[in-house]
Amino acid sequence: MPGPTAANPTAPAPRLRAFTFAAPSRFYALTGWLVPLCWVAALGLTAVGLYMGFFVAPTDATQGDVYRIIFIHVPAAWMSMLLYLVMAFWAGIGWAFNARLASMVARSIAPTGALFTFLALWTGALWGKPTWGVYWAWDARMTTELILLFLYLGYIALVNAIDDTRRADQAGALLALVGSINVPIIYFSVKWWNTLHQGATISVTAAPKMASTMLTAMLLMTLAFWAYAFAVVFMRTRAQILERDAHAGWVAELAREKIRP
Amino acid sequence: MNSVFVCVLLRDLKLASRRRIDALLPLAFFLVALSLFPLGVGPEPQTLRQIAPGIVWVCALLASMLSVGSLFAGDLADGSLEQMLLAPSSAIAVASAKCAAHWLLTGLPLIVATPLAGLAFNMSGPAVAALLFSLVLGTPILSLLGGLGAALTLGLRSGGMLLILIVLPLATPALIFGAGAVVTVEAGMSASGHFSLLGALLIVTTLGAPLATAAALRISTE
Amino acid sequence: MNWGSATEFFHMGGYGFYVWGSYGVTLLLMLTEPLLARRRHSQAMQDAARSAESNEVDA
Repeated sequence: MPGPTAANPTAPAPRLRAFTFAAPSRFYALTGWLVPLCWVAALGLTAVGLYMGFFVAPTDATQGDVYRIIFIHVPAAWMSMLLYLVMAFWAGIGWAFNARLASMVARSIAPTGALFTFLALWTGALWGKPTWGVYWAWDARMTTELILLFLYLGYIALVNAIDDTRRADQAGALLALVGSINVPIIYFSVKWWNTLHQGATISVTAAPKMASTMLTAMLLMTLAFWAYAFAVVFMRTRAQILERDAHAGWVAELAREKIRP
Repeated sequence: MNSVFVCVLLRDLKLASRRRIDALLPLAFFLVALSLFPLGVGPEPQTLRQIAPGIVWVCALLASMLSVGSLFAGDLADGSLEQMLLAPSSAIAVASAKCAAHWLLTGLPLIVATPLAGLAFNMSGPAVAALLFSLVLGTPILSLLGGLGAALTLGLRSGGMLLILIVLPLATPALIFGAGAVVTVEAGMSASGHFSLLGALLIVTTLGAPLATAAALRISTE
Repeated sequence: MNWGSATEFFHMGGYGFYVWGSYGVTLLLMLTEPLLARRRHSQAMQDAARSAESNEVDA
């Protein structure tokens, strides 16, 4: 094995390779300083994004100031969909290459994805009431978000119900991949259903005509949510590494240092 | 692979024939659940006619999901599932055969009972015909998806509810196209679009679900 | 600047309930989630330390 070992402490450190960080110990060390960086990025981007959204972007002519919900509604919706695909991707990698760390990352993504989905629904409801008169109107996009929430909950429930970690990782991967293939089908069918039952296809949360400042603020908030997602997902993955590899040498050493410095 | 399919299918049918009461439970559930709606919603014929397509479809979906949970459980318990999965190629055949048996034992009786639902909900002739056709295309989809859910949740304590939670989102397109077809026919229009989509969904599911179910069986039994 | 005063800002043109209801819940959840993750991490660390100790004793 390359690098310093107990037998040969002065061996040169291995060069960085693509799978170097696939080792839980390296990933743990890397994310040790990466997570705070992500938090700084998230807070910074949020500050700038919300400043633009509230103090620079003008009041909308038709919707008034309530449209400003868009600065969390749309980023949350985008993240909810993106995170599901990313989750399915890493779960698939974990299954295909027997890479435990990839599976751990996938399992860490799920709660955050579900959170963003919920926020998209919640902010959508609070936007819909003053704009369209109802909190919930079964329009195509919101209904798809609801089904996406069920997909997340199903994944979380399944991996939590299986005690054997390997079986849970693999079953979750299969479910997430099947879900990913289905999301376009589900979206298409819900759109179809919506046009059938409601004459006009106006989405309840149709965005106002976007001034460039509005768009910039929205994009900044999306990046902010992305940085947040990285931070929380990495935090959760670190916890999982400690849980799963509790008996590994490096974990025991680390724990002893932390608890009894 | 064909012989594995036929063998497993015939075996399941024979086993079901020895427990006829159990085999008829999904049908009984379907009829009872259907009857709850007029009791809850009121007997007004116009209302019932309007809600009938969705109600029948949802009850068919639930009856399917509730009965599919035990698809592999019996064979897992007595060790025959492991035997069936020994040969590398046979997992797909086993999965397909099990889903086919489930459809014959659950889906088909539901379809036969549907005219009764049409009567209970004051549906017009063409609407009942559309409903029948949509169920003929749709119930196999439900059996195939249910099989995947059963394989994933094999042996788990929370099996039944978990299976429903997992499978229902995947089944929503079938529900939308199936019930939507009947609504369209009742409105006097042609439902060929719905049926085409439902048919396409059936083909895609028939090609893909047994593969996924086979993978799930391997995951759950290793 | 869009707002003449802080009161105007909180009033949000009459839509304060909806805007702050959205932002409030978002902030609440996005604070709770990392806190829960951090708690899970420290719990895992403690458990690892405990099992390391017991292994020492056994060894």
